[in-house]
Amino acid sequence: MPPVIEVFGSRRDSHMIKVKNLTKMYGDRKAVNNISFHIDEGEIVGFLGPNGAGKTTTLRILTCYMPASSGSASVAGHDVFTQSMDVRRVIGYLPESTPLDVHMRAREYLNFRGKIRGLDRATRESAIKRVADLCWLGDFIDRPIHQLSKGMKQRVGLADALLHDPKVLILDEPTVGLDPTQIRETRNLIHELAKRHTVLLSSHILPEVEATCQRTIIIAGGSIVASGSPEELKARIREGSRLIAELSGDKAQIEQAVAKVRGVSKLECANDNGWNRLTLETSKDADPREDIYKLAKEKNWSLRELRLEQGSLEEFFVRITAEQMAKQRSHNREVRA
Amino acid sequence: MISRVMALTQRELATTFLSPVAYIVAAVFLVASGWLFMDNTLIDGGEASMRFMLDSMAWLLIFAVPMLTMRLISDEFASGTIETLMTAPVTDAEVVLGKFIGVFMFFVALLATTVLHIVLLSQYGQQDVNALLYGYLGMILLGGLYISVGLFASAMTRHQLLAAIIGVAVLALLTILVDTLAALQGGQWRVVLSHVNVLYHFHNFSRGIFDTKDLVFFVSGTALFLFLTIKVLESRRWR
Repeated sequence: MPPVIEVFGSRRDSHMIKVKNLTKMYGDRKAVNNISFHIDEGEIVGFLGPNGAGKTTTLRILTCYMPASSGSASVAGHDVFTQSMDVRRVIGYLPESTPLDVHMRAREYLNFRGKIRGLDRATRESAIKRVADLCWLGDFIDRPIHQLSKGMKQRVGLADALLHDPKVLILDEPTVGLDPTQIRETRNLIHELAKRHTVLLSSHILPEVEATCQRTIIIAGGSIVASGSPEELKARIREGSRLIAELSGDKAQIEQAVAKVRGVSKLECANDNGWNRLTLETSKDADPREDIYKLAKEKNWSLRELRLEQGSLEEFFVRITAEQMAKQRSHNREVRA
Repeated sequence: MISRVMALTQRELATTFLSPVAYIVAAVFLVASGWLFMDNTLIDGGEASMRFMLDSMAWLLIFAVPMLTMRLISDEFASGTIETLMTAPVTDAEVVLGKFIGVFMFFVALLATTVLHIVLLSQYGQQDVNALLYGYLGMILLGGLYISVGLFASAMTRHQLLAAIIGVAVLALLTILVDTLAALQGGQWRVVLSHVNVLYHFHNFSRGIFDTKDLVFFVSGTALFLFLTIKVLESRRWR
């Protein structure tokens, strides 16, 4: 069993969403593999992962669309399995493909959705007005939904998710298929919404999550592989950053001396037209650049390059998700064999 | 619960009136009922009863009802709206019931158009009121059972056409096939098979005979298929 990566919020008593050891099997394939995390009230959390990582499955379990194979999850203190109706009442959900009753007008659709949510006529009318303003539905509200553009449909879906002023908003790929202007508008809207609601959104695009979320949970191959604020994730990346140094001098001497510098954990040396190009891996929180410069000065080696190569969040994401996917594939092969 | 079922029924009715299939079915129903009536009942020496027309319509509905019901649940899966529907605070049973009532109301409205035939017929001769009332009661019960079978078929697949074929197949099994099998079998089997024959129970009604057995058959049959529909819907989401 893989290790459980706990994702702790700061205030333990106010967890709006709690997921514990959640697993979902499709046949003998594990779509979600023993994940646990918490989301606090008022947080915006991004669920990041490549396609097929298990994001949608997790969101579908949280929204009571399907049950988990094992483990537990609760939203606003209600268990998703035993108190499904209570959970559904506090959640506003926008599924990935934004399914709508396309033959209806947007207003009719929202009215119907209000009815099945048990809102009375007066509440429905004021709620529709509120979400129409919030999502800039404008005149489109009286047009049949099948005539609307993808972006407008997305807004109608979002308006529906907001209709009952839910405590928790769950948005599955809210900006997929939108043009850049619409993406920016949607992001701003989500920011705005986070003031009143706890938001959990999924995306397979990293800048998306970076721009909108306070905290990111990276999921790949059904497991959580990393989580934290963008700063924390950047700190994790620094562990894996490399130092490049180019020095001229005796190769063996250089290798021996540089390897002793504090913070250098691994060293590779290549010859580049008489220069020794060193690629160093450094241990966490160490920056041996100054020591290397002093060393070169002391030994009288010429130094023509000294650079810390910091990986981007993008690279980090690609690397860890690829590792996880490979692990998952080999595991699946074993299971089948 | 009732307000949610009503909201779902309204939505279903609205969808029905916006779908071309419903109009085609309605047109076929009207043409067929009119033709059957004109050609067989409203003739010299014809019997002043709706029985022939109702019996013939019972056959026609084996094909017509699955056309009305094929869309009901399969389209929710195909378009993905099942996800928004089943994550709102409504139960599977409410969804199934709301859809059932929606189509049932459409069916009753269609059936109501044949009241014109009764009025016409009353100009020519005295009708047996009991046979008329029970005939229509039987028709309404039969429609309910057919719709629940069609709904069940629609829950099985995301393809509407397949849902229609499954619906027709199950209805044919419960009518034509059991009839043929009963004729081939002897003894106990013949009794059993003829008792699951939907048309056997319907013919009692259309002849003007009211038997609680027949009423129980239709009501419990409808309930059974509605229950199965709920279970299929649950299991499809839970896989």
